[in-house]
Amino acid sequence: MFKKIAIPIFALVLFGVFWEFLVWVNGWPNYKMASPSDLWPAFWKFRWLFLEYGWDTLWRTVVGLLLAVVVGVLIGMVMGFSRTMRDALYPLLVGFNAIPKATVVPIIALMFVGQHDFNTILIAFLISFFPIAVSVSIGLSTLEPEYRDILASLGASKLTIFWKIALPKTLPEFFGALKVAVTLAFIGTNLMEIVEPHGRGLGHLFDSGKISADYPLMFAVLIALAIMGIMLYYVVVALEKVFAGWAERSPT
Amino acid sequence: MPDHTWGDAWVSDKLIEIKGVKHAYQTGDGPLPVLDGLEMSVPEGGFCAVVGPSGCGKSTLTRLVAGLMKPDEGEVWLQGERVTGPKSTVGMAFQNPVLLEWRSILQNVMLPLEIVPTRMSKRDQEARARHLLTLVGLDGFEDKRPSELSGGMRQRASLCRSIVHKPDVLILDEPFGALDAFTREDLWQTMHKVKAEEPFTGVLITHDLRESIFLADQVIVLSGRPARTQYVMDVHLKGERDLDQLYTPESAEALNILRHQIKVAQGRAETDEAAA
Ligand SMILES: Nc1ncnc2c1ncn2[C@@H]1O[C@H](COP(=O)(O)OP(=O)(O)OP(=O)(O)O)[C@@H](O)[C@H]1O
Ligand SMILES: [Mg+2]
Repeated sequence: MFKKIAIPIFALVLFGVFWEFLVWVNGWPNYKMASPSDLWPAFWKFRWLFLEYGWDTLWRTVVGLLLAVVVGVLIGMVMGFSRTMRDALYPLLVGFNAIPKATVVPIIALMFVGQHDFNTILIAFLISFFPIAVSVSIGLSTLEPEYRDILASLGASKLTIFWKIALPKTLPEFFGALKVAVTLAFIGTNLMEIVEPHGRGLGHLFDSGKISADYPLMFAVLIALAIMGIMLYYVVVALEKVFAGWAERSPT
Repeated sequence: MPDHTWGDAWVSDKLIEIKGVKHAYQTGDGPLPVLDGLEMSVPEGGFCAVVGPSGCGKSTLTRLVAGLMKPDEGEVWLQGERVTGPKSTVGMAFQNPVLLEWRSILQNVMLPLEIVPTRMSKRDQEARARHLLTLVGLDGFEDKRPSELSGGMRQRASLCRSIVHKPDVLILDEPFGALDAFTREDLWQTMHKVKAEEPFTGVLITHDLRESIFLADQVIVLSGRPARTQYVMDVHLKGERDLDQLYTPESAEALNILRHQIKVAQGRAETDEAAA
C-alpha cells in the first residue's frame, strides 16, 4: 500500500525536478516555458479564483458526463439489441464523432447564445457519449447466446435478462469507455470555456492569463486541469472497482 | 422409421414428445434445413441420449424442446401440452457452463429461483442450493467465484443451477463435452447420484457413445444434416450403474451397433442393416 502511493509521488517529484532543471539549463524565459518554481506564486495569487473556477469546470464536466452516460447507455442498448437499429445508427454516430469538436464549439455557442452553463455541459456531453454508446452496444451484441438462454429457457423477459445478465456482463467494457469519456468530457468543457467569453471556469482563467500575458498563470491552469483530470479519472477507477471489480483477474 | 417399434407402455405416458419436426435456418445463402421429420418421445422419468454427427442439428433440437424456437413444421409436446414458448418446468445446461462471473457459486446456482415463481422461502432456497452443491461434491466452494474453479467444477455448478428449481424436464447439451476423460467419468457417476435424488425426465445430447449408454435408458441416433431419427436403442443397463459395466460383452455389442449407426449417419457406411 505504501509502495502504491510512494512510487507515483516519487515519480512526480522527479518529473518536477527534471522540468525545473531543463528550464534552468536552457535559460528559457517564463513565456517560453514556465518552471515549477514560477507556478506556485501564480497559484497562490489566484487561489480563490482557482477554487471557484475549478468548481465551475468540475460540475459542468460531471453533469455533461452523467448525461453522456444516460444517453450513451440508451443508444448502446438500442443498437445492441436491434440489428436494424445498429445498421441504421452506426454510420450516423461515426460521422458525428468524426467532426472535430473544436468546430462545433462556436456553432453551439451561437445556437444557445448566453446560456453558458448549458453550452458547456452540451459540449462535454456531445464529445463523450460516443465511446459509451459504442462499448455498450458491442458488449450487448456480443453476448453469447447461452448467457441469454440460461434465463430465456425459464421464460424470463428481455428486461430481466438485461438486468441480470447483459448489463452486469457489459460493465467492464462500460467502465473502459467511461475512462475515455471522462477525459473527453473534460476537454469539451474547457474548449467551450476558452472559446466562449462567459467569464467562468478554468478555461476562462487560462484565457485571461493569455490576455494579460501572465504566462506562469497559464501554466498553473494547465497543472490544475491535469490534477482535476487525474481526480476524475481515479473516481471512475474507484467506481469500476466497486461495480466491476469481479472482472479483474488476480495476478498469476 | 427404421427398425424400432415403440413399446406400448411408452405411448401412454410420454412426457416429451416430438412429432414430425422440421426446421430450417434462414442464412445468407438461403434456407438451411437442419431437422427433417424428427420423431422422438421420452416417458416420465426416462433419460434419453441423442447422438449424431457434428452439426446435424442436436442443439437445434434442444432449443425446440426448451421452447426457445418454434419448429417450421411438426409439434413438440411437454407434459401433455404443446410447447409454444419457454417454460419454467424446464432446466438446461450447456457445454459451456456459462456461470456469471460477478456472482459467487452459490448465487449462480440460485439464479433460476429469482426467475421461477417458487413457494420456497429465501432460507429454504439457499439451503436447497447448498444441498445440491454438496451432492455434486462442491461443498466448501459456495462463496468462491467461478474463475476460481476448474472446468469440471464449473460444470458441476452449472448442473446444480439447471436443477435447482426442480424442473420436470432436464435438457443437457453436451455438458461434459469439454472435459477430460477422468473428470467426465466422475461426472457420469455424479449424474446418477443426482438422478436418484432428484427425479427428472431428461434429454442428453452427447458425442460420447459410452456416455450415452452409461447415463441413458434409450439412445437415439440422428442422421446427418438435415437430421431425422435414424435409429433407436433401448439400453440394456438399468438404474444406477458402475463403470465396470461398460466393459461387458453386452456393452461392447451395444457400442458397436451405435458406432456403426454413426458411420451410417456420417455417410461412411452404406446400409444400417448389417449391425442391426
Ligand atoms: N442461428 C443459426 N443460424 C443459421 N444456422 C445455424 C444457426 N444455428 C445453427 N446453425 C446451423 O445449423 C446446423 C445445426 O446446428 P446445431 O448447433 O443444431 O448442430 P449440433 O448437432 O448441435 O452440432 P454440434 O454437435 O457440433 O454441437 C449447423 O450446420 C449450423 O451451422
Ligand atoms: Mg451443439
